Amino acid sequence: MELPVIGQASGCSSSGCGGSSDQLAHLPAHIREKVHNHPCYSEEAHHHYARMHAAVAPACNIQCHYCNRKYDCANESRPGVVSELLTPDQAVRKILAVAANIPQMTVLGIAGPGDPLANPERTFETFRQLSEKAPDIKLCVSTNGLALPGLVERLCEYNIDHVTITINCIDPEVGAKIYPWIFWNNRRVKGRKAAEILIEQQQKGLEMLSARGVLVKVNSVMIPGVNDHHLEAVSKAVKARGAFLHNVMPLIAEPGHGTFFGLMGQRGPTHDELQTLQDKCAGDMAMMRHCRQCRADAVGMLGEDRGGDFTLDKVEAMEIDYAAAMQRRAEVQAAIEANREAQRKKTGETLVALSSLKRQKKGPRPVLMAVATSGGGIINQHFGHAREFLIYEASSTDVRFIGHRKTDLYCTGGDSCGEAETKLQKTLRALAGCEAVLCAKIGFEPWEQLERAGIQPNGEHAMEPIEEALAAVYAEMVAKGLPEREMTAVPYRASA
Amino acid sequence: MAYEIVESCVNCWACEPLCPSRAIFLPPGAAGPARPHFRIDARKCTECEGDYAEPQCAGICPIEGAILNGLGEPVNPPGSLTGIPPARLAEARAEIQAR
Ligand code: SF4
Ligand code: SF4
Repeated sequence: MELPVIGQASGCSSSGCGGSSDQLAHLPAHIREKVHNHPCYSEEAHHHYARMHAAVAPACNIQCHYCNRKYDCANESRPGVVSELLTPDQAVRKILAVAANIPQMTVLGIAGPGDPLANPERTFETFRQLSEKAPDIKLCVSTNGLALPGLVERLCEYNIDHVTITINCIDPEVGAKIYPWIFWNNRRVKGRKAAEILIEQQQKGLEMLSARGVLVKVNSVMIPGVNDHHLEAVSKAVKARGAFLHNVMPLIAEPGHGTFFGLMGQRGPTHDELQTLQDKCAGDMAMMRHCRQCRADAVGMLGEDRGGDFTLDKVEAMEIDYAAAMQRRAEVQAAIEANREAQRKKTGETLVALSSLKRQKKGPRPVLMAVATSGGGIINQHFGHAREFLIYEASSTDVRFIGHRKTDLYCTGGDSCGEAETKLQKTLRALAGCEAVLCAKIGFEPWEQLERAGIQPNGEHAMEPIEEALAAVYAEMVAKGLPEREMTAVPYRASA
Repeated sequence: MAYEIVESCVNCWACEPLCPSRAIFLPPGAAGPARPHFRIDARKCTECEGDYAEPQCAGICPIEGAILNGLGEPVNPPGSLTGIPPARLAEARAEIQAR
Protein backbone atom coordinates (compact mmCIF):
# COMPACT_ATOMS: atom_id res chain seq x y z
CA MET A 1 0.00 0.00 0.00
CA GLU A 2 1.39 3.33 -0.98
CA LEU A 3 1.13 6.61 0.76
CA PRO A 4 0.50 9.45 -1.61
CA VAL A 5 1.64 12.90 -0.62
CA ILE A 6 -1.39 14.90 -1.61
CA GLY A 7 -0.65 17.75 -3.91
CA GLN A 8 2.54 16.23 -5.14
CA ALA A 9 2.13 16.45 -8.83
CA SER A 10 5.65 15.79 -9.86
CA GLY A 11 8.10 13.15 -10.76
CA CYS A 12 5.85 10.33 -9.77
CA SER A 13 5.83 8.48 -13.01
CA SER A 14 9.56 7.96 -12.72
CA SER A 15 9.48 6.71 -9.15
CA GLY A 16 6.43 4.58 -9.70
CA CYS A 17 4.20 6.33 -7.17
CA GLY A 18 0.60 6.27 -8.23
CA GLY A 19 -1.27 8.80 -6.14
CA SER A 20 -0.49 11.97 -7.92
CA SER A 21 -0.77 10.63 -11.44
CA ASP A 22 -4.34 9.73 -10.54
CA GLN A 23 -4.98 13.28 -9.46
CA LEU A 24 -3.91 14.49 -12.86
CA ALA A 25 -5.60 11.70 -14.75
CA HIS A 26 -8.33 13.95 -16.09
CA LEU A 27 -5.84 16.15 -17.90
CA PRO A 28 -4.82 15.80 -21.50
CA ALA A 29 -1.32 14.37 -21.97
CA HIS A 30 0.35 17.60 -23.08
CA ILE A 31 -0.87 19.42 -19.97
CA ARG A 32 0.13 16.56 -17.67
CA GLU A 33 3.58 16.72 -19.16
CA LYS A 34 3.85 20.44 -18.38
CA VAL A 35 2.64 20.07 -14.80
CA HIS A 36 4.79 17.15 -13.81
CA ASN A 37 7.94 18.99 -13.07
CA HIS A 38 6.64 22.47 -12.70
CA PRO A 39 8.10 24.45 -9.83
CA CYS A 40 4.78 26.11 -9.08
CA TYR A 41 2.56 23.09 -9.31
CA SER A 42 4.65 20.33 -7.96
CA GLU A 43 4.49 20.08 -4.20
CA GLU A 44 7.94 18.62 -4.11
CA ALA A 45 9.59 20.82 -6.72
CA HIS A 46 8.72 23.97 -4.86
CA HIS A 47 11.25 23.17 -2.20
CA HIS A 48 13.94 23.50 -4.79
CA TYR A 49 12.90 26.31 -7.05
CA ALA A 50 11.80 29.83 -6.44
CA ARG A 51 9.46 32.18 -8.05
CA MET A 52 9.63 35.91 -8.12
CA HIS A 53 6.98 38.53 -8.44
CA ALA A 54 7.38 41.81 -10.27
CA ALA A 55 5.15 44.61 -9.03
CA VAL A 56 4.58 46.47 -12.28
CA ALA A 57 0.79 46.52 -12.46
CA PRO A 58 -0.83 48.97 -10.05
CA ALA A 59 -4.33 49.58 -11.42
CA CYS A 60 -7.35 47.37 -10.90
CA ASN A 61 -10.64 47.17 -12.76
CA ILE A 62 -12.83 45.56 -10.11
CA GLN A 63 -13.41 45.86 -6.38
CA CYS A 64 -13.33 42.80 -4.15
CA HIS A 65 -14.69 43.09 -0.64
CA TYR A 66 -11.53 41.47 0.71
CA CYS A 67 -9.25 44.04 -0.84
CA ASN A 68 -8.08 47.43 0.27
CA ARG A 69 -6.33 49.29 -2.51
CA LYS A 70 -3.74 50.76 -0.22
CA TYR A 71 -2.13 47.37 -0.22
CA ASP A 72 -1.27 44.73 -2.79
CA CYS A 73 -4.02 42.57 -4.22
CA ALA A 74 -5.23 40.61 -1.21
CA ASN A 75 -5.70 37.49 -3.23
CA GLU A 76 -2.22 37.42 -4.62
CA SER A 77 -0.05 38.33 -1.71
CA ARG A 78 0.12 38.87 1.99
CA PRO A 79 -2.50 41.19 3.37
CA GLY A 80 -1.22 44.51 4.50
CA VAL A 81 1.85 44.51 2.29
CA VAL A 82 2.75 47.23 -0.15
CA SER A 83 5.12 46.42 -2.98
CA GLU A 84 7.35 49.07 -4.36
CA LEU A 85 5.95 49.80 -7.79
CA LEU A 86 8.46 49.29 -10.58
CA THR A 87 8.45 50.46 -14.18
CA PRO A 88 8.86 47.64 -16.71
CA ASP A 89 12.50 48.68 -17.29
CA GLN A 90 13.29 48.69 -13.57
CA ALA A 91 11.55 45.36 -13.10
CA VAL A 92 13.47 43.71 -15.93
CA ARG A 93 16.82 44.91 -14.54
CA LYS A 94 15.93 43.59 -11.12
CA ILE A 95 14.70 40.24 -12.42
CA LEU A 96 17.87 39.73 -14.47
CA ALA A 97 20.00 40.58 -11.44
CA VAL A 98 18.15 38.15 -9.18
CA ALA A 99 18.17 35.41 -11.82
CA ALA A 100 21.90 35.86 -12.37
CA ASN A 101 22.60 35.55 -8.64
CA ILE A 102 19.98 33.00 -7.67
CA PRO A 103 19.89 30.27 -10.30
CA GLN A 104 16.95 28.56 -8.55
CA MET A 105 14.71 31.42 -9.64
CA THR A 106 12.84 29.85 -12.52
CA VAL A 107 9.46 31.53 -12.67
CA LEU A 108 8.57 35.18 -12.93
CA GLY A 109 5.04 36.19 -12.16
CA ILE A 110 3.13 39.39 -12.55
CA ALA A 111 0.30 39.45 -10.09
CA GLY A 112 -0.14 43.01 -9.03
CA PRO A 113 -0.23 45.06 -6.95
CA GLY A 114 -3.48 45.49 -8.92
CA ASP A 115 -4.68 43.37 -11.81
CA PRO A 116 -1.98 42.73 -14.42
CA LEU A 117 -4.47 42.73 -17.28
CA ALA A 118 -5.89 46.06 -16.18
CA ASN A 119 -2.38 47.36 -16.89
CA PRO A 120 -1.75 45.69 -20.24
CA GLU A 121 0.99 48.06 -21.45
CA ARG A 122 3.16 47.67 -18.36
CA THR A 123 2.57 43.95 -18.08
CA PHE A 124 3.22 43.12 -21.72
CA GLU A 125 6.27 45.38 -21.95
CA THR A 126 7.81 43.47 -19.02
CA PHE A 127 6.99 40.12 -20.63
CA ARG A 128 8.30 41.27 -24.02
CA GLN A 129 11.68 42.31 -22.66
CA LEU A 130 12.02 39.17 -20.56
CA SER A 131 11.15 36.75 -23.36
CA GLU A 132 13.92 38.44 -25.32
CA LYS A 133 16.59 38.78 -22.65
CA ALA A 134 15.92 35.80 -20.39
CA PRO A 135 14.26 33.08 -22.44
CA ASP A 136 14.98 30.49 -19.73
CA ILE A 137 12.62 32.14 -17.24
CA LYS A 138 9.04 30.94 -17.27
CA LEU A 139 6.44 33.70 -17.24
CA CYS A 140 3.11 33.64 -15.51
CA VAL A 141 0.33 36.03 -14.76
CA SER A 142 -2.57 36.21 -12.32
CA THR A 143 -5.79 37.97 -13.07
CA ASN A 144 -9.34 38.50 -11.93
CA GLY A 145 -10.32 37.55 -15.48
CA LEU A 146 -12.39 40.59 -16.41
CA ALA A 147 -10.07 41.74 -19.19
CA LEU A 148 -8.83 38.26 -20.06
CA PRO A 149 -10.85 37.28 -23.16
CA GLY A 150 -9.75 40.43 -24.98
CA LEU A 151 -6.08 39.82 -24.18
CA VAL A 152 -5.68 36.08 -24.72
CA GLU A 153 -4.17 36.60 -28.17
CA ARG A 154 -1.55 39.01 -26.86
CA LEU A 155 -0.74 36.79 -23.90
CA CYS A 156 -0.05 33.90 -26.21
CA GLU A 157 2.45 36.00 -28.16
CA TYR A 158 4.75 36.03 -25.16
CA ASN A 159 4.82 32.35 -24.52
CA ILE A 160 3.14 32.57 -21.20
CA ASP A 161 3.68 29.41 -19.24
CA HIS A 162 0.59 29.59 -17.10
CA VAL A 163 -2.24 31.85 -16.02
CA THR A 164 -4.00 32.01 -12.68
CA ILE A 165 -7.58 33.24 -12.59
CA THR A 166 -9.26 34.08 -9.32
CA ILE A 167 -12.77 32.71 -9.52
CA ASN A 168 -14.81 32.97 -6.34
CA CYS A 169 -18.20 32.09 -7.78
CA ILE A 170 -20.20 31.08 -10.83
CA ASP A 171 -23.49 32.36 -9.45
CA PRO A 172 -24.09 36.14 -9.73
CA GLU A 173 -26.11 36.10 -6.50
CA VAL A 174 -23.02 34.94 -4.67
CA GLY A 175 -20.84 37.28 -6.71
CA ALA A 176 -22.84 40.32 -5.70
CA LYS A 177 -21.80 39.67 -2.10
CA ILE A 178 -18.12 39.61 -3.04
CA TYR A 179 -17.76 42.21 -5.79
CA PRO A 180 -19.55 45.53 -5.24
CA TRP A 181 -18.61 46.86 -8.69
CA ILE A 182 -16.52 46.42 -11.82
CA PHE A 183 -15.29 48.91 -14.39
CA TRP A 184 -16.48 47.65 -17.74
CA ASN A 185 -16.65 49.32 -21.16
CA ASN A 186 -15.69 52.66 -19.66
CA ARG A 187 -18.32 52.73 -16.96
CA ARG A 188 -18.81 51.51 -13.46
CA VAL A 189 -21.26 48.61 -13.23
CA LYS A 190 -22.60 47.62 -9.80
CA GLY A 191 -24.38 44.78 -8.07
CA ARG A 192 -25.63 41.58 -9.66
CA LYS A 193 -25.07 42.84 -13.19
CA ALA A 194 -21.38 43.40 -12.37
CA ALA A 195 -21.00 39.88 -11.05
CA GLU A 196 -22.73 38.48 -14.14
CA ILE A 197 -20.30 40.18 -16.50
CA LEU A 198 -17.28 39.22 -14.43
CA ILE A 199 -18.30 35.57 -14.22
CA GLU A 200 -18.99 35.43 -17.95
CA GLN A 201 -15.58 36.92 -18.79
CA GLN A 202 -13.76 34.62 -16.38
CA GLN A 203 -15.32 31.47 -17.77
CA LYS A 204 -14.81 32.60 -21.34
CA GLY A 205 -11.16 33.48 -20.68
CA LEU A 206 -10.59 30.12 -19.03
CA GLU A 207 -12.04 28.31 -22.03
CA MET A 208 -10.02 30.32 -24.53
CA LEU A 209 -6.76 29.65 -22.70
CA SER A 210 -7.42 25.93 -22.33
CA ALA A 211 -8.26 25.73 -26.01
CA ARG A 212 -4.82 27.17 -26.76
CA GLY A 213 -3.09 24.72 -24.44
CA VAL A 214 -2.10 27.29 -21.81
CA LEU A 215 -2.06 25.93 -18.26
CA VAL A 216 -4.74 27.57 -16.17
CA LYS A 217 -4.95 27.41 -12.42
CA VAL A 218 -7.99 28.69 -10.58
CA ASN A 219 -7.77 30.33 -7.18
CA SER A 220 -10.80 30.73 -4.94
CA VAL A 221 -11.03 32.61 -1.70
CA MET A 222 -13.16 30.75 0.81
CA ILE A 223 -15.56 33.16 2.52
CA PRO A 224 -17.72 31.50 5.20
CA GLY A 225 -21.41 32.14 4.74
CA VAL A 226 -20.84 33.58 1.28
CA ASN A 227 -19.27 31.06 -1.07
CA ASP A 228 -18.13 28.18 1.14
CA HIS A 229 -20.92 25.87 0.00
CA HIS A 230 -20.66 27.12 -3.54
CA LEU A 231 -17.00 26.36 -4.15
CA GLU A 232 -17.55 22.68 -4.82
CA ALA A 233 -19.71 23.67 -7.78
CA VAL A 234 -17.04 26.15 -8.86
CA SER A 235 -14.49 23.35 -8.73
CA LYS A 236 -16.58 21.21 -11.08
CA ALA A 237 -17.29 24.06 -13.46
CA VAL A 238 -13.70 25.21 -13.85
CA LYS A 239 -12.48 21.67 -14.31
CA ALA A 240 -15.03 21.15 -17.06
CA ARG A 241 -13.63 24.22 -18.80
CA GLY A 242 -10.07 22.96 -18.63
CA ALA A 243 -8.49 24.33 -15.44
CA PHE A 244 -5.87 21.90 -14.26
CA LEU A 245 -5.72 22.97 -10.64
CA HIS A 246 -8.11 24.52 -8.18
CA ASN A 247 -6.59 26.20 -5.18
CA VAL A 248 -8.90 27.12 -2.31
CA MET A 249 -7.43 29.76 -0.06
CA PRO A 250 -8.76 31.13 3.21
CA LEU A 251 -10.18 34.61 3.46
CA ILE A 252 -7.94 36.66 5.67
CA ALA A 253 -9.98 39.56 6.98
CA GLU A 254 -8.83 41.70 9.85
CA PRO A 255 -10.06 45.18 10.72
CA GLY A 256 -6.50 46.46 10.59
CA HIS A 257 -6.31 45.72 6.87
CA GLY A 258 -9.12 48.17 6.24
CA THR A 259 -10.98 45.94 3.80
CA PHE A 260 -14.76 45.94 3.62
CA PHE A 261 -14.92 42.41 4.99
CA GLY A 262 -12.35 43.23 7.66
CA LEU A 263 -14.21 46.30 8.85
CA MET A 264 -17.58 44.60 8.75
CA GLY A 265 -16.40 41.68 10.85
CA GLN A 266 -16.64 38.97 8.21
CA ARG A 267 -14.76 35.99 9.58
CA GLY A 268 -12.30 33.78 7.76
CA PRO A 269 -12.57 29.99 7.77
CA THR A 270 -11.09 27.91 10.56
CA HIS A 271 -8.33 25.44 9.73
CA ASP A 272 -10.87 22.66 9.85
CA GLU A 273 -13.38 24.34 7.58
CA LEU A 274 -10.68 25.10 5.06
CA GLN A 275 -9.25 21.62 5.09
CA THR A 276 -12.66 20.01 4.83
CA LEU A 277 -13.50 22.09 1.79
CA GLN A 278 -10.09 21.45 0.23
CA ASP A 279 -10.67 17.75 0.70
CA LYS A 280 -14.09 17.93 -0.91
CA CYS A 281 -12.76 19.80 -3.89
CA ALA A 282 -9.82 17.44 -4.14
CA GLY A 283 -12.30 14.69 -4.95
CA ASP A 284 -13.12 16.60 -8.08
CA MET A 285 -9.74 17.64 -9.29
CA ALA A 286 -6.15 18.15 -8.39
CA MET A 287 -5.77 20.56 -5.52
CA MET A 288 -2.72 22.50 -4.74
CA ARG A 289 -1.87 23.36 -1.20
CA HIS A 290 1.66 24.52 -1.44
CA CYS A 291 1.13 27.48 -3.72
CA ARG A 292 3.17 30.39 -2.53
CA GLN A 293 1.03 32.82 -4.42
CA CYS A 294 3.86 34.12 -6.44
CA ARG A 295 5.24 36.26 -3.70
CA ALA A 296 8.39 38.25 -4.08
CA ASP A 297 10.16 35.48 -2.30
CA ALA A 298 12.86 34.27 -4.63
CA VAL A 299 15.27 35.57 -2.08
CA GLY A 300 13.50 34.41 1.05
CA MET A 301 13.24 30.86 -0.13
CA LEU A 302 16.95 30.48 0.21
CA GLY A 303 16.67 31.12 3.90
CA GLU A 304 19.00 34.05 4.06
CA ASP A 305 17.37 37.35 3.55
CA ARG A 306 19.02 38.75 0.50
CA GLY A 307 16.32 41.24 -0.35
CA GLY A 308 18.73 44.03 0.55
CA ASP A 309 21.13 42.85 -2.17
CA PHE A 310 18.66 43.74 -4.89
CA THR A 311 17.50 47.24 -4.16
CA LEU A 312 17.09 49.45 -7.21
CA ASP A 313 20.37 51.33 -6.59
CA LYS A 314 22.39 48.16 -6.24
CA VAL A 315 20.77 46.56 -9.25
CA GLU A 316 21.44 49.71 -11.25
CA ALA A 317 25.14 49.37 -10.49
CA MET A 318 25.41 45.64 -11.30
CA GLU A 319 27.06 44.38 -14.42
CA ILE A 320 25.11 41.38 -15.58
CA ASP A 321 26.34 38.97 -18.20
CA TYR A 322 23.09 37.16 -18.69
CA ALA A 323 24.43 34.72 -21.28
CA ALA A 324 26.95 33.44 -18.73
CA ALA A 325 24.30 33.47 -16.02
CA MET A 326 22.01 31.35 -18.17
CA GLN A 327 24.75 28.76 -18.54
CA ARG A 328 25.26 28.63 -14.79
CA ARG A 329 21.53 28.46 -14.17
CA ALA A 330 21.26 25.45 -16.45
CA GLU A 331 24.03 23.68 -14.52
CA VAL A 332 22.61 24.41 -11.10
CA GLN A 333 19.17 23.32 -12.19
CA ALA A 334 20.53 20.05 -13.56
CA ALA A 335 22.18 19.39 -10.20
CA ILE A 336 18.89 20.09 -8.41
CA GLU A 337 17.14 17.59 -10.65
CA ALA A 338 19.68 14.89 -9.85
CA ASN A 339 19.29 15.60 -6.16
CA ARG A 340 15.49 15.48 -6.36
CA GLU A 341 15.58 12.16 -8.11
CA ALA A 342 17.72 10.74 -5.30
CA GLN A 343 15.42 12.13 -2.57
CA ARG A 344 12.35 10.82 -4.30
CA LYS A 345 13.64 7.26 -4.15
CA LYS A 346 14.54 7.58 -0.50
CA THR A 347 11.25 9.14 0.54
CA GLY A 348 9.25 6.44 -1.15
CA GLU A 349 10.53 3.88 1.33
CA THR A 350 9.46 5.74 4.46
CA LEU A 351 6.03 6.32 3.10
CA VAL A 352 5.52 2.63 2.73
CA ALA A 353 6.66 2.08 6.32
CA LEU A 354 4.25 4.65 7.71
CA SER A 355 1.33 3.22 5.84
CA SER A 356 1.50 0.17 8.07
CA LEU A 357 -0.32 2.34 10.61
CA LYS A 358 -3.32 2.05 8.36
CA ARG A 359 -4.09 -1.39 9.66
CA GLN A 360 -5.61 0.13 12.76
CA LYS A 361 -9.35 0.22 12.44
CA LYS A 362 -10.04 3.84 13.21
CA GLY A 363 -6.82 5.70 12.54
CA PRO A 364 -5.40 8.06 15.13
CA ARG A 365 -6.33 11.69 14.60
CA PRO A 366 -4.20 13.84 12.29
CA VAL A 367 -1.63 16.25 13.70
CA LEU A 368 -0.45 19.60 12.36
CA MET A 369 3.28 20.13 12.40
CA ALA A 370 5.49 23.01 11.42
CA VAL A 371 8.84 22.81 9.65
CA ALA A 372 11.69 25.32 9.48
CA THR A 373 13.45 25.00 6.17
CA SER A 374 15.48 27.22 3.95
CA GLY A 375 14.70 25.15 0.89
CA GLY A 376 15.88 21.96 -0.73
CA GLY A 377 13.08 19.89 0.76
CA ILE A 378 15.00 19.18 3.95
CA ILE A 379 14.84 20.40 7.54
CA ASN A 380 17.78 22.73 7.57
CA GLN A 381 16.85 25.96 9.32
CA HIS A 382 17.45 27.19 12.85
CA PHE A 383 14.18 27.87 14.65
CA GLY A 384 15.19 31.41 15.48
CA HIS A 385 16.04 32.22 11.87
CA ALA A 386 12.77 31.04 10.39
CA ARG A 387 10.54 33.83 9.15
CA GLU A 388 8.15 31.37 7.69
CA PHE A 389 7.13 27.84 8.59
CA LEU A 390 5.75 25.18 6.32
CA ILE A 391 2.70 23.57 7.86
CA TYR A 392 1.96 19.91 7.24
CA GLU A 393 -0.75 17.60 8.36
CA ALA A 394 0.39 14.11 9.23
CA SER A 395 -2.21 11.40 9.52
CA SER A 396 -2.27 7.64 9.32
CA THR A 397 -2.84 7.85 5.58
CA ASP A 398 -0.53 10.59 4.42
CA VAL A 399 1.67 13.57 5.10
CA ARG A 400 0.37 16.51 3.20
CA PHE A 401 1.33 20.07 2.79
CA ILE A 402 -1.19 22.56 4.17
CA GLY A 403 0.34 26.00 3.73
CA HIS A 404 2.90 28.55 4.79
CA ARG A 405 2.76 30.70 7.87
CA LYS A 406 4.80 33.82 8.22
CA THR A 407 6.03 34.80 11.65
CA ASP A 408 6.17 38.54 11.30
CA LEU A 409 3.89 39.74 8.59
CA TYR A 410 0.51 39.27 10.13
CA CYS A 411 0.07 42.40 12.11
CA THR A 412 -3.50 42.55 13.33
CA GLY A 413 -3.25 46.16 14.34
CA GLY A 414 -4.77 45.23 17.69
CA ASP A 415 -3.31 45.24 21.20
CA SER A 416 -1.72 41.88 20.69
CA CYS A 417 0.50 43.35 18.06
CA GLY A 418 3.10 46.03 18.11
CA GLU A 419 6.40 46.85 19.72
CA ALA A 420 5.53 44.88 22.81
CA GLU A 421 5.18 41.60 21.04
CA THR A 422 8.47 39.79 20.76
CA LYS A 423 9.50 37.82 17.74
CA LEU A 424 9.03 34.64 19.73
CA GLN A 425 5.48 35.58 20.68
CA LYS A 426 4.69 36.25 17.05
CA THR A 427 6.15 32.91 16.11
CA LEU A 428 4.10 31.16 18.76
CA ARG A 429 1.01 32.83 17.39
CA ALA A 430 1.90 31.78 13.86
CA LEU A 431 2.26 28.20 15.04
CA ALA A 432 -1.17 28.03 16.68
CA GLY A 433 -2.74 24.64 16.16
CA CYS A 434 0.56 22.85 15.53
CA GLU A 435 1.69 20.18 17.94
CA ALA A 436 5.29 19.87 16.86
CA VAL A 437 7.86 22.01 15.15
CA LEU A 438 10.80 20.47 13.35
CA CYS A 439 13.93 22.52 12.84
CA ALA A 440 17.68 22.13 12.49
CA LYS A 441 18.41 23.65 15.90
CA ILE A 442 16.63 25.56 18.59
CA GLY A 443 17.64 27.67 21.59
CA PHE A 444 16.78 26.88 25.21
CA GLU A 445 14.31 29.69 25.81
CA PRO A 446 12.13 29.11 22.78
CA TRP A 447 12.23 25.40 23.56
CA GLU A 448 10.67 26.00 26.96
CA GLN A 449 8.06 28.40 25.68
CA LEU A 450 7.07 26.11 22.84
CA GLU A 451 6.60 23.24 25.24
CA ARG A 452 4.50 25.44 27.47
CA ALA A 453 2.34 26.28 24.46
CA GLY A 454 1.84 22.61 23.74
CA ILE A 455 4.11 22.54 20.71
CA GLN A 456 6.85 19.93 20.88
CA PRO A 457 10.14 21.27 19.50
CA ASN A 458 12.19 18.71 17.64
CA GLY A 459 15.74 19.11 16.35
CA GLU A 460 16.44 15.44 15.88
CA HIS A 461 15.73 15.36 12.19
CA ALA A 462 18.07 18.05 11.01
CA MET A 463 19.09 17.68 7.36
CA GLU A 464 16.51 14.98 6.70
CA PRO A 465 13.88 15.17 3.96
CA ILE A 466 10.76 16.87 5.31
CA GLU A 467 8.07 14.29 4.62
CA GLU A 468 10.20 11.45 5.87
CA ALA A 469 10.95 13.23 9.14
CA LEU A 470 7.31 14.19 9.67
CA ALA A 471 6.20 10.63 9.11
CA ALA A 472 8.72 9.43 11.69
CA VAL A 473 7.69 12.04 14.28
CA TYR A 474 4.03 11.26 13.73
CA ALA A 475 4.66 7.56 14.16
CA GLU A 476 6.46 8.31 17.44
CA MET A 477 3.63 10.51 18.67
CA VAL A 478 1.09 7.84 17.84
CA ALA A 479 3.16 5.20 19.59
CA LYS A 480 3.25 7.37 22.75
CA GLY A 481 -0.48 8.02 22.46
CA LEU A 482 -1.88 11.26 21.11
CA PRO A 483 -3.53 13.56 23.65
CA GLU A 484 -7.16 14.53 23.10
CA ARG A 485 -7.31 17.81 21.29
CA GLU A 486 -10.02 20.15 20.16
CA MET A 487 -8.86 21.42 16.80
CA THR A 488 -11.75 23.46 15.50
CA ALA A 489 -11.31 26.70 17.38
CA VAL A 490 -8.09 27.70 15.70
CA PRO A 491 -8.49 30.69 13.38
CA TYR A 492 -6.69 30.47 10.10
CA ARG A 493 -3.51 32.43 9.97
CA ALA A 494 -1.55 31.12 7.07
CA SER A 495 -0.59 32.67 3.83
CA ALA A 496 -1.72 29.43 2.23
CA MET B 1 -14.93 73.10 -15.15
CA ALA B 2 -12.69 70.38 -13.85
CA TYR B 3 -12.70 67.37 -11.59
CA GLU B 4 -10.44 67.25 -8.55
CA ILE B 5 -8.69 64.53 -6.56
CA VAL B 6 -8.45 65.12 -2.82
CA GLU B 7 -6.15 63.75 -0.13
CA SER B 8 -8.13 60.57 0.54
CA CYS B 9 -6.70 59.23 -2.74
CA VAL B 10 -4.69 56.07 -2.01
CA ASN B 11 -2.52 56.29 -5.13
CA CYS B 12 -3.87 53.13 -6.67
CA TRP B 13 -3.11 54.34 -10.22
CA ALA B 14 -6.45 53.17 -11.60
CA CYS B 15 -7.55 56.56 -12.92
CA GLU B 16 -4.29 57.77 -14.47
CA PRO B 17 -4.16 55.63 -17.64
CA LEU B 18 -7.86 56.14 -18.36
CA CYS B 19 -7.95 59.92 -18.64
CA PRO B 20 -8.59 60.88 -22.27
CA SER B 21 -7.10 64.34 -21.63
CA ARG B 22 -3.97 63.10 -19.86
CA ALA B 23 -4.86 65.44 -17.05
CA ILE B 24 -4.01 63.11 -14.15
CA PHE B 25 -0.51 63.08 -12.68
CA LEU B 26 1.40 62.09 -9.57
CA PRO B 27 3.40 65.08 -8.37
CA PRO B 28 6.89 64.39 -7.09
CA GLY B 29 7.30 65.01 -3.39
CA ALA B 30 8.10 63.85 0.10
CA ALA B 31 7.19 60.46 1.45
CA GLY B 32 5.42 59.87 4.76
CA PRO B 33 2.33 61.74 5.90
CA ALA B 34 2.97 64.54 3.43
CA ARG B 35 2.99 62.02 0.62
CA PRO B 36 1.90 63.36 -2.71
CA HIS B 37 -1.27 61.93 -4.18
CA PHE B 38 -2.61 61.95 -7.70
CA ARG B 39 -3.88 65.31 -8.95
CA ILE B 40 -5.93 66.53 -11.86
CA ASP B 41 -4.57 69.38 -13.91
CA ALA B 42 -7.61 71.66 -13.99
CA ARG B 43 -6.43 73.25 -17.23
CA LYS B 44 -6.40 69.91 -19.02
CA CYS B 45 -9.47 68.18 -17.54
CA THR B 46 -12.39 68.16 -19.97
CA GLU B 47 -14.71 66.24 -17.64
CA CYS B 48 -14.44 63.62 -20.38
CA GLU B 49 -16.83 65.68 -22.56
CA GLY B 50 -16.98 64.28 -26.04
CA ASP B 51 -15.00 61.16 -25.09
CA TYR B 52 -17.08 59.26 -22.55
CA ALA B 53 -20.52 59.47 -21.03
CA GLU B 54 -19.04 58.91 -17.57
CA PRO B 55 -15.96 60.78 -16.31
CA GLN B 56 -13.40 58.00 -16.33
CA CYS B 57 -11.46 58.86 -13.19
CA ALA B 58 -14.57 58.93 -11.05
CA GLY B 59 -15.88 55.82 -12.75
CA ILE B 60 -12.98 53.63 -11.66
CA CYS B 61 -11.83 55.30 -8.43
CA PRO B 62 -12.30 52.79 -5.57
CA ILE B 63 -12.27 55.37 -2.79
CA GLU B 64 -15.50 57.07 -1.79
CA GLY B 65 -15.07 60.81 -1.65
CA ALA B 66 -11.64 60.93 -3.31
CA ILE B 67 -12.87 62.63 -6.50
CA LEU B 68 -14.92 65.82 -6.60
CA ASN B 69 -16.87 67.06 -9.58
CA GLY B 70 -16.78 70.56 -11.01
CA LEU B 71 -19.09 71.75 -8.24
CA GLY B 72 -16.83 70.39 -5.53
CA GLU B 73 -19.20 67.53 -4.66
CA PRO B 74 -17.93 63.98 -4.13
CA VAL B 75 -18.84 61.94 -7.20
CA ASN B 76 -18.85 58.76 -5.13
CA PRO B 77 -20.46 59.69 -1.80
CA PRO B 78 -20.31 57.43 1.29
CA GLY B 79 -22.01 54.08 0.73
CA SER B 80 -22.13 54.43 -3.05
CA LEU B 81 -19.24 52.04 -3.69
CA THR B 82 -19.78 49.46 -0.99
CA GLY B 83 -23.43 49.28 -2.02
CA ILE B 84 -24.41 49.81 1.62
CA PRO B 85 -25.93 53.18 2.48
CA PRO B 86 -24.63 54.58 5.80
CA ALA B 87 -28.09 54.23 7.34
CA ARG B 88 -28.02 50.48 6.83
CA LEU B 89 -24.42 49.97 7.90
CA ALA B 90 -25.05 48.68 11.44
CA GLU B 91 -27.63 46.23 10.17
CA ALA B 92 -25.35 44.96 7.41
CA ARG B 93 -22.50 44.54 9.88
CA ALA B 94 -24.69 42.39 12.12
CA GLU B 95 -25.70 40.22 9.16
CA ILE B 96 -22.10 39.75 8.06
CA GLN B 97 -20.89 38.96 11.57
CA ALA B 98 -23.51 36.24 11.87
CA ARG B 99 -21.94 34.33 8.95
S1 SF4 C 1 -12.94 63.86 -15.59
FE1 SF4 C 1 -12.13 62.85 -17.41
S2 SF4 C 1 -10.79 64.39 -18.28
FE2 SF4 C 1 -11.13 65.04 -16.21
S3 SF4 C 1 -9.45 64.11 -15.06
FE3 SF4 C 1 -11.16 62.68 -14.94
S4 SF4 C 1 -10.76 61.29 -16.59
FE4 SF4 C 1 -9.51 63.09 -17.02
S1 SF4 D 1 -8.42 56.02 -8.76
FE1 SF4 D 1 -8.91 57.27 -6.96
S2 SF4 D 1 -7.63 56.43 -5.30
FE2 SF4 D 1 -6.85 55.61 -7.25
S3 SF4 D 1 -5.21 57.01 -7.79
FE3 SF4 D 1 -7.04 57.75 -8.83
S4 SF4 D 1 -7.96 59.20 -7.40
FE4 SF4 D 1 -6.46 58.06 -6.26
